Amino acid sequence: MLSMHNIAKVYRTESIETHALREFSLFVDEGEFVSVTGPSGSGKTTFLNIAGLLEESTVGIYELDGRDVSSLNDRDRSRLRNEKIGFIFQSFNLIPDLNLFENVDVPLRYRRLSSGDRKQRVERALESVGLASRMKHLPEQLSGGQQQRVAIARALVGEPRLLLADEPTGNLDSAMADQVMKFLEQIHADGTTIVMVTHDPDLANRAERNIHLIDGRVSGEELVHSQEEVSQTVGFNGDQPLAAKI
Amino acid sequence: MFNYNLKLSLKSMRRNPIMTGLMVAAIAVGIGISMTTLTVYYMMNGNPIPEKSDVLFAVTLDNWNPIRPFDDDRPERAPHQVTFHDAERLLAIGKGKRQTAMFESSLIIEPIDDEGLPFEAGARVTSADFFVMFNVPFIYGSGWDKSADAAAEPMVVLTKGLNERLFGGEDSVGNWLTMQGTRFLVTGVIDTWEPTPRFFDPINGGFQEINEMFIPYSLTRVLELTSAGSDWGWKSEEINSFEEWLNSEAVWVQYFVELESTRERDDYLVHLDAYVEEQKRLGRFERPLNNNIYDVMEWMDYHEVVANDAKILLGLSFLFLVVCLLSTIALMLTKFVGKKSEISLRRALGASRKVIFNQQIVEVAVIGFSGGLIGLSLAALGLQGIEYLYDAPAGLVKLDWVMMFTAIGIAIVSSMIAGLYPAWRVCQIPPAAQLKTQ
Repeated sequence: MLSMHNIAKVYRTESIETHALREFSLFVDEGEFVSVTGPSGSGKTTFLNIAGLLEESTVGIYELDGRDVSSLNDRDRSRLRNEKIGFIFQSFNLIPDLNLFENVDVPLRYRRLSSGDRKQRVERALESVGLASRMKHLPEQLSGGQQQRVAIARALVGEPRLLLADEPTGNLDSAMADQVMKFLEQIHADGTTIVMVTHDPDLANRAERNIHLIDGRVSGEELVHSQEEVSQTVGFNGDQPLAAKI
Repeated sequence: MFNYNLKLSLKSMRRNPIMTGLMVAAIAVGIGISMTTLTVYYMMNGNPIPEKSDVLFAVTLDNWNPIRPFDDDRPERAPHQVTFHDAERLLAIGKGKRQTAMFESSLIIEPIDDEGLPFEAGARVTSADFFVMFNVPFIYGSGWDKSADAAAEPMVVLTKGLNERLFGGEDSVGNWLTMQGTRFLVTGVIDTWEPTPRFFDPINGGFQEINEMFIPYSLTRVLELTSAGSDWGWKSEEINSFEEWLNSEAVWVQYFVELESTRERDDYLVHLDAYVEEQKRLGRFERPLNNNIYDVMEWMDYHEVVANDAKILLGLSFLFLVVCLLSTIALMLTKFVGKKSEISLRRALGASRKVIFNQQIVEVAVIGFSGGLIGLSLAALGLQGIEYLYDAPAGLVKLDWVMMFTAIGIAIVSSMIAGLYPAWRVCQIPPAAQLKTQ
């Protein structure tokens, strides 16, 4: 699904050159759940940004779903982001003056979908996170956990193949964090590839594989669980909505 | 996508009402002032009779001082009016398809009932072709015919306003009015007619209201009508009677001819030259031949109906609009910077730079449209102020549909131009820039 080979990312200012990633190589298989850990400044977010086509690497080869994306133009990168990648951020990043329906609808607006199709998808996504009844509410009317569920619905509404989560539970208490993790585990169980950046070793251990970064390099890699074990954790059960499964 | 962008624009405008208000106000003030001056300029510069402006010609004959031209600054120009007797002779020859002579006068109208009081009304003393030549619209009746001109019959055409005052707006054709002790038969009442500029007499004010009534030119001699307009003379002449005044070299009559083809125009100039040559043999027209005809728009230029000051003012007002737009650019930059996190998010969710650019441009267009609407109201107020300041007739300078669409168009286009740089800047925000820090 994701293949990075000898990726480097250098940020330059007039006086400073910062190497965020160096000779970084990583392969993530289709359907895998990978956690990425490491101290602050180790390059976790830079890796995630490059993986999500939000930034370009300075050097190296990045293939997403078998396609070299290193030299794509802005329009093609945007289309790939929209169609293949879902994002979940630590601070939810919901647009405050759009209601839940409109927030979840944002990625679909950048596809040529009919309004009926969009409506159906958004309602289904909100239903899957248990918030269908609140689709006219504004984000400020929700708790942190509920806002992150909306962000999950927004990430899933376009049916991405790859879900990138950057500290998805960083702003939540442990109960809410657990609930969000269960959502992610269920999404993974449904077949989506997930790459999650986290500081929390307990959360990292809920993935199949953990990658540890230091100074922009992969310093260690550990197989935590098999795919079957992760699926069993969430009790995979057919076509039920995520919220019902969890 | 446009509807979506429109919806986002309205939300964005509501999100920061003070900033939005300042931008709209800056555009509104710029549009208000520039449209006020543009409307005045447009009105002054407009074609008052587009359907015939190229077939109607003002006639000038150079009967001026042999040793000094009529206009020292423009010696090639003949006097812009003709003498009474030249006009009378040209009318009698009738070489053009139609022709009319005219001047402004005034008469005392005696009351038509026992309760009324006499009052003075402005009159245009003219000939029968005036009404047809200038497409004058009638509510009732018509102008008089040429036989009335020839026989100097006392007939009168009233304006709608004067007819309202005298006859309560009723069909007054066939009624009689007494003026200067003479009974005039009402032959017609004209509808609202406001050619702007007043092309047939820019000499006495291109932006004056038309005269309240019209009477035959041939009555001048009979009733000893004098001009209430401008007159010029160069020759020291002893005038002891009205007849001597009519036969003097003083110029105070405007003369127009209708000529439909280039050939007719050439023929008419030959005719004028022949007429002047004939007069030269009688001891008049001592200057070299200098007869001219000017179509309506040339005649407006000749009289500089649109003063240079108006052009300068127009330029200054558009410079002011530019200043307002520069202020708007600064405000837009500030506003758009405030949207960095939303832009980053949208980019992350799949919006390309072009999509983001379009979204911002729609927003500035909506701001421009709002500014244009308010600017139109300001322009309407400004125009009322101008009418008040210059004591112009009510409604003389007004925003018509063309100017309204122009105002909105200028507001939208100029704000979109102003928004190009801020929109471009916002497109350069990397998608990852704000997502971690929000």
